[in-house]
Amino acid sequence: MDFLAEHQPELLPGNRQLPPTQGVLEAPHGTTIVAVTFPGGVVLAGDRRATMGNMIAQRDIEKVFPADEYSAVGIAGTAGLAVEMVKLFQLELEHFEKVEGAQLSLEGKANRLSTMIRSNLGMAMQGLAVVPLFAGYDVDREKGRIFSYDVTGGRSEEHNFAATGSGSIFARGAMKKLFRDDLTEEQATTLVVQALYDAADDDSATGGPDVARRIYPIITVITEDGFRRLTEQEASELSRAVLQRRLEEPDGPKAALL
Amino acid sequence: MSTPFYVSPQQAMADRAEYARKGIARGRSLVVLQYADGIVFVGENPSRALHKFSEIYDRIGFAAAGKYNEYENLRIGGVRYADLRGYTYDRDDVTARGLANVYAQTLGTIFSSAAEKPYEVELVVAEVGETPEGDQIYRLPHDGSIVDEHGSVAVGGNAEQISGFLDQRHRDGMSLAEALKLAVQALSRDTNGSEREIPAERLEVAVLDRTRPQKRKFKRIVGRQLARLLAADGASTEAESADGPEDSDEE
Repeated sequence: MDFLAEHQPELLPGNRQLPPTQGVLEAPHGTTIVAVTFPGGVVLAGDRRATMGNMIAQRDIEKVFPADEYSAVGIAGTAGLAVEMVKLFQLELEHFEKVEGAQLSLEGKANRLSTMIRSNLGMAMQGLAVVPLFAGYDVDREKGRIFSYDVTGGRSEEHNFAATGSGSIFARGAMKKLFRDDLTEEQATTLVVQALYDAADDDSATGGPDVARRIYPIITVITEDGFRRLTEQEASELSRAVLQRRLEEPDGPKAALL
Repeated sequence: MSTPFYVSPQQAMADRAEYARKGIARGRSLVVLQYADGIVFVGENPSRALHKFSEIYDRIGFAAAGKYNEYENLRIGGVRYADLRGYTYDRDDVTARGLANVYAQTLGTIFSSAAEKPYEVELVVAEVGETPEGDQIYRLPHDGSIVDEHGSVAVGGNAEQISGFLDQRHRDGMSLAEALKLAVQALSRDTNGSEREIPAERLEVAVLDRTRPQKRKFKRIVGRQLARLLAADGASTEAESADGPEDSDEE
């Protein structure tokens, strides 16, 4: 990135002059991202809605991206800026890998993303925040890990599960009640669909599974074998299964009282 | 004060070319071959860490013979060029032709600039296409010229002898194991015509495999997979080709 800063500084997000604005600038915002670990990996998923004020800006936006072979990033916040940040992040990881001949450590990747978010602080203060969730498989420690961020670039490692975005409060509540230590990969993917369903249930900015238009959450799994995004077919089967159960029990699975 | 001797430009260029050629000839040769599913790079390299072959971009690979620090410099330049292009425009806008042109410019400028010594390197830039017809291989000698190659190319020490050998035996649509075997045969021939054995651990092998599902087609072949390919019989190779059980790590 030093190279980019030297040769084409205008390509870097942090190097732009901010014009003074009056009032809130309206731009599409992405909403809910959830992540959950299971023995052997981590699942990262996101809903498909982008909102602009009280309007739905896009129904089928994609907010979860592979960062490299062993990590992925899901974005909440200003969609345009976030997508650019992810693009730059992907570029940087790939560039490092090619030049050095080795991958960055998962910590290294998480730290790098933290710096990138911090460089966006000026924009964030004008209401254009980007708050991603970063998940990856740590090849050295052989487990899935999740990192969450705040607008100032503060980074914290989350254990078991995490959520970001406007629906995160509801998603986190759902995950708290559903999480177990011994989830299988399939159970973990079901769990994130449940959590996103609950987020969509209570947060108007989060989109639920749209059966009519065949728009389902993006679900990605990262394990020892690398990054994998569930196919349209798999995501639709999971979502339909959850939806089917919710027809009988609209509030979803019940946890034990004591 | 003595006046400097007059050296004719022809002589100066010939001297520089001679100098670069000698430097390259000291290095070990390497070969780049087309096979049915892509392009394979094979070279003798005692080091596991200092690579002669490298990924530049999704479909583009790089091979170099000569002085390590010089071609490493060019390699990093190439990665930067490609990544910058891909980020500014689109991943599809990074092509081997564009990259080869940049290298040719760089090498040519350095070669003819009196202030610098010429680079003692010879490069190969290869891009794997959707079909074998779409494959591109460019050879870039030390003086900044570009040669568009087909089928097989050799650079380094006894490149001429090796390419002669390869030209006679290489054919289109070879399997990976066949191509690999041919490459090793070609590399193990000495200048005096005798053959020597190159053990598998001294081989550096990489492929640009068009059948790989990922965007990035470059892959190093190491360890068991390499041993299996070398052992495979020319006839029964398809099942053993690059996409066998993935026991090599992703580079």
